[in-house]
Amino acid sequence: MISIENVSKSFTLHNQGAATIPVMTGASLQVAPGECVALVGQSGSGKSTLMRMIYGNYLAAAGRIMIDDVDVATAAPREILQLRRYTLGYVSQFLRVVPRVPTVEVVADPLLATGVERGAALARAQVLLENLNIPERLWALSPTTFSGGEQQRVNIARGFAYNYPALLLDEPTASLDGKNREVVMTMIEEAKARGAAIIGIFHDEAARDRVCDREIDVTGFTPKAAA
Amino acid sequence: MSDYNFAYLDEQTKRMIRRAILKGLAIPGYQVPFASREMPMPYGWGTGGVQVSAAVLTPEDTFKVIDQGADDTTNAVSIRRFFEKTADVAVTEATGEASVIQTRHRIPEQDLREDQILVYQVPIPEPLRFLEPSEVETRKMHALEEYGLMHVKLYEDISQHGAIATSYAYPVKVEGRYVMDPSPIPKFDNPKLNMAGIQLFGAGREQRIYAVPPYTDVVSLDFEDYPFEASKADHACDLCGSTDSYLDELIVDDAGGRMFMCSDTDYCCSRRKAGHIGAQGVPYAEDAA
Amino acid sequence: MSPLLNVDGISKFYGHRIGCKDVSFDLYPGEVMGIVGESGSGKSTLLNCLAGHLAPDTGAVNFDTRTNGMCDTVTMSEPERRMLSRTDWAFVHQHARDGLRMNVSAGGNVGERLMAVGARHYGDIREQATDWLGRVEINADRVDDRPTAFSGGMQQRLQIARNLVTGPRLVFMDEPTGGLDVSVQARLLDLLRGLVREMNLSAIIVTHDLAVVRLLADRLMVMKDGHVVETGLTDQVLDDPQHGYTQLLVSSVLQV
Repeated sequence: MISIENVSKSFTLHNQGAATIPVMTGASLQVAPGECVALVGQSGSGKSTLMRMIYGNYLAAAGRIMIDDVDVATAAPREILQLRRYTLGYVSQFLRVVPRVPTVEVVADPLLATGVERGAALARAQVLLENLNIPERLWALSPTTFSGGEQQRVNIARGFAYNYPALLLDEPTASLDGKNREVVMTMIEEAKARGAAIIGIFHDEAARDRVCDREIDVTGFTPKAAA
Repeated sequence: MSDYNFAYLDEQTKRMIRRAILKGLAIPGYQVPFASREMPMPYGWGTGGVQVSAAVLTPEDTFKVIDQGADDTTNAVSIRRFFEKTADVAVTEATGEASVIQTRHRIPEQDLREDQILVYQVPIPEPLRFLEPSEVETRKMHALEEYGLMHVKLYEDISQHGAIATSYAYPVKVEGRYVMDPSPIPKFDNPKLNMAGIQLFGAGREQRIYAVPPYTDVVSLDFEDYPFEASKADHACDLCGSTDSYLDELIVDDAGGRMFMCSDTDYCCSRRKAGHIGAQGVPYAEDAA
Repeated sequence: MSPLLNVDGISKFYGHRIGCKDVSFDLYPGEVMGIVGESGSGKSTLLNCLAGHLAPDTGAVNFDTRTNGMCDTVTMSEPERRMLSRTDWAFVHQHARDGLRMNVSAGGNVGERLMAVGARHYGDIREQATDWLGRVEINADRVDDRPTAFSGGMQQRLQIARNLVTGPRLVFMDEPTGGLDVSVQARLLDLLRGLVREMNLSAIIVTHDLAVVRLLADRLMVMKDGHVVETGLTDQVLDDPQHGYTQLLVSSVLQV
């Protein structure tokens, strides 16, 4: 489902003397449907960078990033948007939404984008919010004013609203209490069971051990001559 | 240098105006620009109409002038005298006897014939001017038949007054093509724009001439659910008793007394001569003032 | 799927100064593209060339018309282009008073495009106008008020209603949220996002506000001195800018 071959990445800072910082080289990995792979390595080793490249948020300098039959490294913006709509989900650490939009709409948004009928999309959103223990009185409010943990759960609900065949999870359990952590773990297991290919970053080792089938240490992709 | 050239204007100018008139007749409703001349009267007193009349008058013509339907107001009298003096043409107050009629803001009640010409004085020839101040843009709109804006004006009328409140200078579409301002005639007169006579419109200050040839289709704009209505005061003429002519309302004393009478003075007089008497009228006497 | 708009080599010069140079891109149905750059970068010149307000010196703007398929709007006749701009195209101006008739009621403003394409039933026109006022969150009881009695945000929403009432397929927007309070901006962005999705609109939005494009645009085009220096997926261009100018632009945004 996800196949990464020989991907490299560097940042060129044009406004700081055109300094070029290589951050990754020769990154390769494969994830099959129903498999969950954890990216590990110390902070700054490039886990998030790799994940952002897979999502098309960062531009890969070289290599191939195949999701299904689309090469994210070379695809046109339109193809990546299409991929993000129907194939590739991403739960980031930060919630980014249009101010003023009610939480339930934020969660239903990915479903609406795929053409799901409005009533059905909102119903699904409500189930997710309920499962993740977001009090019903908050559903009609914008999540911008929520606490960190609440925002995180809204973000997860949004990421799991649509059944993507491939999922990227960036610290999905970071600021959750035990009860909600359990809910999220179950959701990940369910996604695996329906055949989703998942790449995750988990600092929470217990969580990692429970849902992940393999670990890939990204420090192996760090350029040797790194400054 | 004691005499004027026939009908005041020099022959070259009259020819130029006639060319504009012919072009106007060939393209009904289209505003033809012309080099309007300085006339010995102020703008707003009918300089456009006077120039058109000067260009069409011949020595054999009989000329009539009406102002709001009346032959005896200052404006009508002075224009009639102007052509008596400069063209030495016969003049009349009888609609049926005139071959050229210059008018301000009315169409005579009596139907015109094929051998008659009606000349209108026009203050603002551009019907789209209300909402579109740019001349470049309005010309383009005419050229491309983009007339939606005209209906915006009527829409505004209905939304504000519950009905189309435009009661004069009511826009019309001529022969299915050009939208035209029929000059500030009451909308009561609009149906009469479909006539046997030739209709010429002159705007002196704005330097435009346009025309409606005989038997041309002239349609008043409206909405399907708010159709055009030719309205008038719901009354009969108090002098001649006519119920189908356009009426003026006159306040006659300080106690609110009022009377309605035909705006077309010739029409009213003819009826009274024929013996019709209205509610406040007296039998017609030849020597009455 | 074929593109709705194909822009091919558009250049516009003012004397020997460059307005915009050699701009090409495709826009697909339902796609929203943002054009960013500082004042004088040529983004408004480009937008005006695309929308037919300015004649470009070179290039073609091909639009997928309903009747004749792809047509170059630069060389098509003026009546055709004007017809397009009141049916399939819409243009939202930065200043609402440039896009509204200030002496005509809100209902009349919205109804104008309907009447321009032949609507002649007052009741229907008014009903559609009122419906559209509702969709842009203006109370139905304001239908007979003139825009002069509206706040800036309401005027802008009225302008959007007036533009969208005929169901266009392509909307050009020139700084649609410029000059509005932040709270009003947010509401307008939310509204625009909803309408874009609901009507499957394609849109080209010129702005210097990176937050606006992040929320509204799928794709981004960065302009500098009349040239396109970078294009790509909106979040990719903003989070991983490749060109020095884009890096400067992104790093210059004040964090709140």
